[in-house]
Amino acid sequence: MNILVIAEHDNADLAPATLNTVTAAGQVGGDVHVLVAGQDCAGVADAAAKIAGVSKVWVCDCATYAHEITENTAALIQSIVNGKGDGKGYSHVMAPASTFGKALIPYVAALCDVQSISDISEVVDADTFVRPIYAGNALSKVKSSEAVKMLTVRTTAFELADDASADQSTDQNKWAEIESIDDAGATNWVQFIEQSLSPSERPELTSARVVVSGGRGMQSGENFPLLEKLADQLGGAVGASRAAVDAGFVPNDYQVGQTGKVVAPDLYLAVGISGAIQHLAGMKDSKVIVAINNDEEAPIFQVADYGWNEDLFVAVPALQAELEK
Amino acid sequence: MKILVPVKRVIDANIRVRVKPDQTGVETANVKMAMNPFCEIAVEQALRLKEAGHAEEVIIVSAGPEKCQETIRTGLAMGADRGVHINTETTLEPLAIAKMIKAVAEKESADLVILGKQAIDDDNNQTGQMLAAIMQRPLGSYISKIEKNHDGFAITREIDAGLEKLQITSPAVVTTDLRLNEPRYASLPNIMKAKKKPIDIVTPEQLGVDISNRIEVLQVTEPPTRDAGVMVSSAAELVDKLKNEAKVI
Ligand SMILES: Cc1cc2nc3c(=O)[nH]c(=O)nc-3n(C[C@H](O)[C@H](O)[C@H](O)COP(=O)(O)OP(=O)(O)OC[C@H]3O[C@@H](n4cnc5c(N)ncnc54)[C@H](O)[C@@H]3O)c2cc1C
Ligand SMILES: Nc1ncnc2c1ncn2[C@@H]1O[C@H](COP(=O)(O)O)[C@@H](O)[C@H]1O
Repeated sequence: MNILVIAEHDNADLAPATLNTVTAAGQVGGDVHVLVAGQDCAGVADAAAKIAGVSKVWVCDCATYAHEITENTAALIQSIVNGKGDGKGYSHVMAPASTFGKALIPYVAALCDVQSISDISEVVDADTFVRPIYAGNALSKVKSSEAVKMLTVRTTAFELADDASADQSTDQNKWAEIESIDDAGATNWVQFIEQSLSPSERPELTSARVVVSGGRGMQSGENFPLLEKLADQLGGAVGASRAAVDAGFVPNDYQVGQTGKVVAPDLYLAVGISGAIQHLAGMKDSKVIVAINNDEEAPIFQVADYGWNEDLFVAVPALQAELEK
Repeated sequence: MKILVPVKRVIDANIRVRVKPDQTGVETANVKMAMNPFCEIAVEQALRLKEAGHAEEVIIVSAGPEKCQETIRTGLAMGADRGVHINTETTLEPLAIAKMIKAVAEKESADLVILGKQAIDDDNNQTGQMLAAIMQRPLGSYISKIEKNHDGFAITREIDAGLEKLQITSPAVVTTDLRLNEPRYASLPNIMKAKKKPIDIVTPEQLGVDISNRIEVLQVTEPPTRDAGVMVSSAAELVDKLKNEAKVI
């Protein structure tokens, strides 16, 4: 069995989500290969080659893949699944369940006439997987009869694979071989215009060890620096509920939940968030949950390890002062 | 331009779903159903494009049992022109749904298909991508903005790192994210009018699509529950617990 993991990256750095996906691929059992499609992405390919458990890295360095245009990357993956490269083909194709992977995998699957499986949280065996449905209110164990399994992976459910680049002592002979592969042509339907990325010096939300999230209770975007300061004191990232994003307090990429990002940090602080099921779907696998809310009936307290029934404009500054001690 | 909007009938977002004791699925008997929220956003966007003079007709399509016609009527009451019901009792997978929508889109010569990004029951987030792939049309996934222009559509996508702008050609397939618009409520006169709007009924066989399942659901279970913890009443107490009990800071 050969498993192809699609690397997520920005041409400079490999996204940590790729490491979680490699772990899931390793649990399927078989040779794990990684595809790096991008432009001027040699550094990413090097990083991928150093992931423990990866035996080969395909790199397609071409202007066509400078941005994540689903159609172009999908055509490349289809050609590889059909035997381009070493011609052996693949039994599984896996990508993180990020906006990148969620758009890409079903598209490739349909090109190959395969029914893909989204957001797996457990690998039972090579054909059988568990995935959350109904905003995490149920877990569905499913078995695929497709010749090629195409999957997106809930990254918070799998550990990061060891990344040998951090470990100077590892044996270079164990690094995967890197081989280039030809591009598969570009569609002229889609033209990239621009990306506006939220600048942040903080850790990335989905892989941060601590997440401080604010909800409608924050009242306005002007109050979010309160949470930013707290996040900085704890070395964490800032997230938000849908209500806070819809109200324009913070950008869309802060949203945690069923239809936003899924996070599972060591510590999740929910500030002025009621705890709707759609929000819980994105954070209830956090190791420790703290809720600050001035409504003692707020449902968030039912999942919080530590609840503090207090006005957030009192509680957050007090917490900041205590952490400074 | 003709716009096709595929909509799914799902358990209402406000209902707390329960797993069936026999672990074959979730309880759906006597549970309030509604149009998938992302599909409401899709219908709204189609209507806005029509109202701006970019489209002549908005057609709603839904695949599933007879009750789907109620969901189609909801779209017609919002202002869509007519409906197509793909009638089947079989559990449907996204690839089969995409194939049936393709057949309808081709028959109707739809220039734009607007789907929800995700159905909130199975949380698949697949159908729109699959439709674009098999129709060989440009895909605009997770859009929070769409404008018709000379070359097709200018779209803004919500991605993990922020926002992305693309120009895509027409005809196209797009999927809606939450911030695209706020769907309207149907007025009473429009609900009355919707009762007279036509709904065509077709079967998967008539559309020539094999809908047999490729994924078998073995078991549906409750997720592990989290217990409520303790309440604290001061910053000092909270920091102490996080440091010395939970050991996370
Ligand atoms: C299709 C669909 C998808 C959705 N997807 C998501 C999703 O991905 N993520 C998500 O988060 N939601 C999602 N939602 C929305 C979800 O249902 C809730 O509406 C949302 O999570 C509520 O956000 P909130 O808790 O910030 O706001 P509210 O529910 O309004 O809660 C605000 C809380 O702040 C507290 N508060 C107010 N003032 C103070 C104060 N001074 N001090 C302390 N506490 C205070 C209040 O007591 C209250 O508990 C989705 C909904 C739908 C229908
Ligand atoms: N049975 C269905 N009938 C019509 N459209 C559907 C159906 N199922 C899914 N869709 C469309 O596909 C979108 C995404 O659904 P999914 O891929 O299941 O998450 C929905 O928001 C609908 O627009």
